[in-house]
Amino acid sequence: MTDFIQPNLLPALPEMIMLAMTCLVLIVDLFLSQEKRWISLLLSVLTLTITALAVIMVAPADSISSFGGSFVLDQLAVTLKIAVCIVAILVFVYSRDYLTDHDIYKGEYYVLGLFATLGMMIMISAHSFLLIYLGLELLSLSLYAMIAFNRKSLSASEAAMKYFVLGAMASGLLLYGISIFYGITGTLDLNQLSMVVSLKIEQYPVPLAFALTFIVVGLAFKLGAVPFHMWLPDIYQGAPTSVTLFIGTAPKIAGFAMTMRLLVDGLGDLQVDWSQMLIALSVLSMAIGNIIAVAQTNFKRMLAYSTISHVGFILLGILSGTANGFASAMFYTITYAITSSVAFGVLLLLNRKDAEAENIADLSGLNDTNPWHAAMLAIAMFSMAGVPPTVGFYAKLSVLQSVVQIDLIWLAVFAVLFSVIGLFYYLRIIKVMYFDKPRQDQVITIKQAIDVKILLSANGLTLLGLGIFPSTLMGYCILAFS
Amino acid sequence: MYADWPLLSLVIWAPIVGGILVLIVGDNRPGLARNIALLSSILTFLLTLPLYSEFDSSTHLMQFVERDSWIPAFNIEYFVGIDGISMPLILLTSFTTVVVVISAWEVIQYRVSQYMAAFLMMEGFMIGTFSALDAILFYIFFEAMLIPMFLVIGIWGGADRIYATLKFFLYTFVGSVLTLVALIYMYTKSDSFSILDFHNLPLSMNEQILIFLAFLVAFAVKVPMWPVHTWLPDAHVEAPTGGSVILAAIMLKIGGYGFLRFSLPITPDASAELDWLIVTMSLTAVVYIGFVALVQRDMKKLIAYSSIAHMGFVTLGFFIVFRIMAGDVGNQGAVLALEGGMVQMVSHGFISGAMFLCVGVMYDRMHSREIADYGGVVNTMPVFAAFMVFFAMANAGLPGTSGFVGEFMVILASFKASFWIAFLAATTLILGAAYTLWMIKRVIFGEVANDNVKALTDINKREFLFLAILAIAVLVLGLWPDPLVNVMHPTVENLLNHITISKIQ
Repeated sequence: MTDFIQPNLLPALPEMIMLAMTCLVLIVDLFLSQEKRWISLLLSVLTLTITALAVIMVAPADSISSFGGSFVLDQLAVTLKIAVCIVAILVFVYSRDYLTDHDIYKGEYYVLGLFATLGMMIMISAHSFLLIYLGLELLSLSLYAMIAFNRKSLSASEAAMKYFVLGAMASGLLLYGISIFYGITGTLDLNQLSMVVSLKIEQYPVPLAFALTFIVVGLAFKLGAVPFHMWLPDIYQGAPTSVTLFIGTAPKIAGFAMTMRLLVDGLGDLQVDWSQMLIALSVLSMAIGNIIAVAQTNFKRMLAYSTISHVGFILLGILSGTANGFASAMFYTITYAITSSVAFGVLLLLNRKDAEAENIADLSGLNDTNPWHAAMLAIAMFSMAGVPPTVGFYAKLSVLQSVVQIDLIWLAVFAVLFSVIGLFYYLRIIKVMYFDKPRQDQVITIKQAIDVKILLSANGLTLLGLGIFPSTLMGYCILAFS
Repeated sequence: MYADWPLLSLVIWAPIVGGILVLIVGDNRPGLARNIALLSSILTFLLTLPLYSEFDSSTHLMQFVERDSWIPAFNIEYFVGIDGISMPLILLTSFTTVVVVISAWEVIQYRVSQYMAAFLMMEGFMIGTFSALDAILFYIFFEAMLIPMFLVIGIWGGADRIYATLKFFLYTFVGSVLTLVALIYMYTKSDSFSILDFHNLPLSMNEQILIFLAFLVAFAVKVPMWPVHTWLPDAHVEAPTGGSVILAAIMLKIGGYGFLRFSLPITPDASAELDWLIVTMSLTAVVYIGFVALVQRDMKKLIAYSSIAHMGFVTLGFFIVFRIMAGDVGNQGAVLALEGGMVQMVSHGFISGAMFLCVGVMYDRMHSREIADYGGVVNTMPVFAAFMVFFAMANAGLPGTSGFVGEFMVILASFKASFWIAFLAATTLILGAAYTLWMIKRVIFGEVANDNVKALTDINKREFLFLAILAIAVLVLGLWPDPLVNVMHPTVENLLNHITISKIQ
């Protein structure tokens, strides 16, 4: 029996701070009256800010691992963790008015959100099967509860149930793959796994590919790639919009990190196999996501299908198997999270007294009533469509470039053609906002809380700013894989 | 004195900043918005003048070059510069925008600041497109200009504006995405996005043909060439007058410019191989679209079709050069063809802009574009009628107007390639005269058709101003095209030398 080695706790300092602060929020919130609920929000935002600062503080020059190699803090983790914290702050602030209007302005929303964020941070840094799974489940369990948060809403309960069942199934598939790998290699640590796989790849090609299939399917479920996307539109539509905003943004970043850790760090030697699988997933996601989105009348559902097509684009970068491609996919993921927080953020502000504003028709004539919000949503739509000078163009350019580089030109052509179909439904949103007249029967009021407005403006203008000066963020992404 | 100024950047960004200012002023103070818009458009025009006066027309090299690293990860640069091909088009852009701002003065009452801002930003994007020497920079400007035009047609357009504007945006976007893939492909081969590096990049025949086709889709839609022209009549008919003017006068030129900047120099062998395709498409545009124009009942549609026919001359001039050089008459004919195409682009910018403004003037009074609703306008609007007849004559290619110069040069050059090509091209002289003058006869001349026409008032000072400016431009270019031809001469000769050298290795 070896001696117990005190692990280096420093790399996990941000997570520990976050956990402590989250518990604090939970306790403090108990003693707050409904009027003072803003203290919970303030504390939560503070928690995220401090965590992000802590990440910057402990950021190593290179990469350090701790807890016997199962926890790493490298450039990838640092950048993604900061991105997750920022997006979570946006989500919390945007949600406030929506929660108030729907009588679900409760501290638990923030506590669950913080736990989910903690799960994502763990996923990002996890470097063993076990820890990845723990992080993933912490995230998922918090999300299930958040979706069902509005207990009066039937559709939300249905969505939560659906997400729970399908999410559990996906986790099961992932676990099954992990267990086969463990059977073959006898290790859970990704570094050792990578070494053992490279040794045994000659000996056990079929069992390894078999296990890999389950891992990829599990990941595809979590990311929402076709044909494992069925849960996504229903969850997006059924969940309270503030939760949809959360699901649609930050977990994508964590999902990307998990994919990177598993496929690249752990199973890099099987790249030939998973590249093929990802090509199929990517092609299907881009095609189905874009085509079905055209037919949607519900804005949230449309964004769900649009997410699916964007997942296809992210996979393009990953499947190229080059450092350049990974950096492009990372850039795409982060900018996509920022972009969709603008889209959902505007949607959250469109409140109707008794029902959710979620249909595309609800946006009619937004430019006449609220030109500024319309402009922000328009920028987000153009960015999702990949029209310059928004950041979406640059994200698409970089993943396409990584695909062309490995001579899969047909795939690039396929991707751009389907992005044209995508353009159509994004343009339709702009058409509704700018060309249609406001509807007289349902007056939509926009909450004009100043902090939300400032944050939303900054968020929307970031899309333009990053579109014109993408090099800084791109530099961090490239650094993560150099 | 201007040597140290980042003049090109100023010209690109001044109107964009002006547009943002106008947006900030907002729709509540339309007077202020108009004044700022006019000021910034005039300022931009004045800033473009040194580009002409300081231009060194003895070299084909890029001038006013600015080059800075922009996105080092992919070697994308902020790289702008102009030569004899792009400089005239930049002046045309800044000139036309001033006219458009003046023409919208009282006419546009709904959301004035957004309207003016859209045109100013569009101006910046278009000038950026003409001066970008980095492929991605070019692509960004090329796509970005769609956004304001999309909004202009969609917000201020006619009854069927939404269909028209979606069609416009999607057509252009579909065309350009393949170009993006082609550009990325060349980047992976050359490790640079500089267009000048692409010019010297060796490519096999197969690669060239695929890249050529990708470019062709993008630029053919933009020009537009038959058979991908169908978005243009819709867009023109539904767009407000200013939108039509910019669309016809400048946006179409970006397609022609793309052929000169990308297709010919980057894929010379494929261009030589597939020139029959472009020549056929161009002649179809000239002849078939000419007949289509003849039967139009809507004035704007008629002018839109005549635009397509006239742009057919541009593409014909650009791609006939291979047949001319294949003969033993030397390069002189080829130079004539290319310069003819360029002159035709600039001249068409003036004439089509003026024609759309004329229709706009009538539409503002009668709210109809139907030819049948008019008749005898000369009796109530004599000054206006004089202008309209003059521009119609220019559109038909009357000697002495700019419309004649370009067409004549291209037809003359085509004779050196083939009699029949020249013959078919020359039918435009008949067709163009037929559809334009017939429209004039029905709209302007004859007895006063109805009470509405009787109630018309002649043009006011503002309308007189912009029509007169354009009339002078058309006349000057028609009588004395030398200043324009001279600046582009070295560039065109260099381009011809470049495309005669095979890039296949």
